[in-house]
Amino acid sequence: MMSTRRSSEPLWWLLFAAGGTVAAFLLPVQIFLTGVIAPLGWAPDAFHYERVVALLRHPASRLYVLALISLPLFHWAHRFRYGVIEGFQLHRAGRLLAAACYGTAVVLTLVAAVVLARL
Amino acid sequence: MAHLVQAMEIFRYHPERDAEPVFQRYDVPYRDDWVVLDAINYIKDHVDGTLAYRWSCRMGVCGSCGMMINGAPRLSCATFLKEFYPRPIRVEPLANFPVQRDLVIALDDFIAKLPRIAPWIVRENEPPLAAGEFRQTPEQLDRYKQFSMCINCMLCYAACPVYGLRPVFLGPATIALAQRYNLDSRDQGQAGREAVLTSDDGGIWDCTLVGECTTVCPAHVDPAAAIQQAKLRGALRWVQNVLLPWGRA
Amino acid sequence: MRTYQRPLPLLWWVRTPAYLRFVIREFTSVFIAAYLVLFLILLVRVKAGPEPYAAYLRWLASPAVLGFHVMALAAALYHTVTWLNLTPLALVVRVRGRRVAPAAIIAVNVAAWLLISILVARLILR
Repeated sequence: MMSTRRSSEPLWWLLFAAGGTVAAFLLPVQIFLTGVIAPLGWAPDAFHYERVVALLRHPASRLYVLALISLPLFHWAHRFRYGVIEGFQLHRAGRLLAAACYGTAVVLTLVAAVVLARL
Repeated sequence: MAHLVQAMEIFRYHPERDAEPVFQRYDVPYRDDWVVLDAINYIKDHVDGTLAYRWSCRMGVCGSCGMMINGAPRLSCATFLKEFYPRPIRVEPLANFPVQRDLVIALDDFIAKLPRIAPWIVRENEPPLAAGEFRQTPEQLDRYKQFSMCINCMLCYAACPVYGLRPVFLGPATIALAQRYNLDSRDQGQAGREAVLTSDDGGIWDCTLVGECTTVCPAHVDPAAAIQQAKLRGALRWVQNVLLPWGRA
Repeated sequence: MRTYQRPLPLLWWVRTPAYLRFVIREFTSVFIAAYLVLFLILLVRVKAGPEPYAAYLRWLASPAVLGFHVMALAAALYHTVTWLNLTPLALVVRVRGRRVAPAAIIAVNVAAWLLISILVARLILR
């Protein structure tokens, strides 16, 4: 169907759904690990520099972390876009907001990919 | 025995005399088996015959008596006074619709939307009469039955902030009805409904799953579910079209 | 026909509890995005070397940042709870023609979340 192909909304919704699922399952433990356990030194051996580097360098880790960062960012982009438009009745700025939100997600995804590739 | 009194605050608007609506206070008898519709009928019959409102079956199946009762979209025939007594009950016309007179809203927008999704069995090929009736198993019926229970009361439209912000949105009942037919084994019209449903302006993608439509629905249709299922379906179809553009969607 | 249009207030979601919960749910994504930026910075610090990494961990331990992460964790958990509760809406699972109860789907998802969280924690903390 022509209209479904031309519209990009399904793409953003799929990314939003994937990101929301990744965030729902993987982020709580993730935030607990890097935001609470590591800084408070509750597991010094686990977060020892050499170990962290080794852990992150594994190709599976790189993919996991990339998905962990990228998909929830697209989830945020979609929710933030609609949230700001609806919450503050900014429908006229709709396209600008959409571009800014998805653009941010794309840029940060690229940054993450580069950082992970060069680790 | 003391006669108990229920305070009512009713939205009044007569376009020929009022620039702005006002709230008029009425006191009606309180009876613990009365619903808001009983109170309103009492006002009409004994206190103020000029009050305009819609009602019919008074038992929750016709969908006529939807109103805002203390800020929530409710059927006035299904809302008991005792839920609020002794607090005053504020009655307003259904939200997100233009007010015609008192509690009567203009529902033209809703009526115009319904036919857009072809709410009837669409067939590409009509079997001959001699082939007999369409047969449907209980499992096939179960797939769409919930979405067929809509009584067109429009409480979901009153509850939906997306519709309130931009009435171009198709809305919960319309999308649920489209799903009712899309999921019916006798129907062959999904492709035709797709264009309307997945439209860039006012289609299913406008929905942000607030979920209030399902909360307020008196017929347990769960329009929020219908919309999310339509999104998943629409998204997968989109992927199919993008990856296999030569294939028949 | 002259009709009266009642305007929707600018902050329509402030006065109704259900709408407020909805907006809070949507804005948990802001905490999540902010956390991901801090996590990305952590990766950059890891790449920079042991000293920058250690310094960043010290910064993460500062009360304000720690407080942020606790709030982010709460936001992420609220997202998880609301997301898992809403999954059955979109995903209708049928077994032998009958629909699987939404509560069952939620239970399976919660169990999966617990399992995955424990697995990830063990993998990282080992």
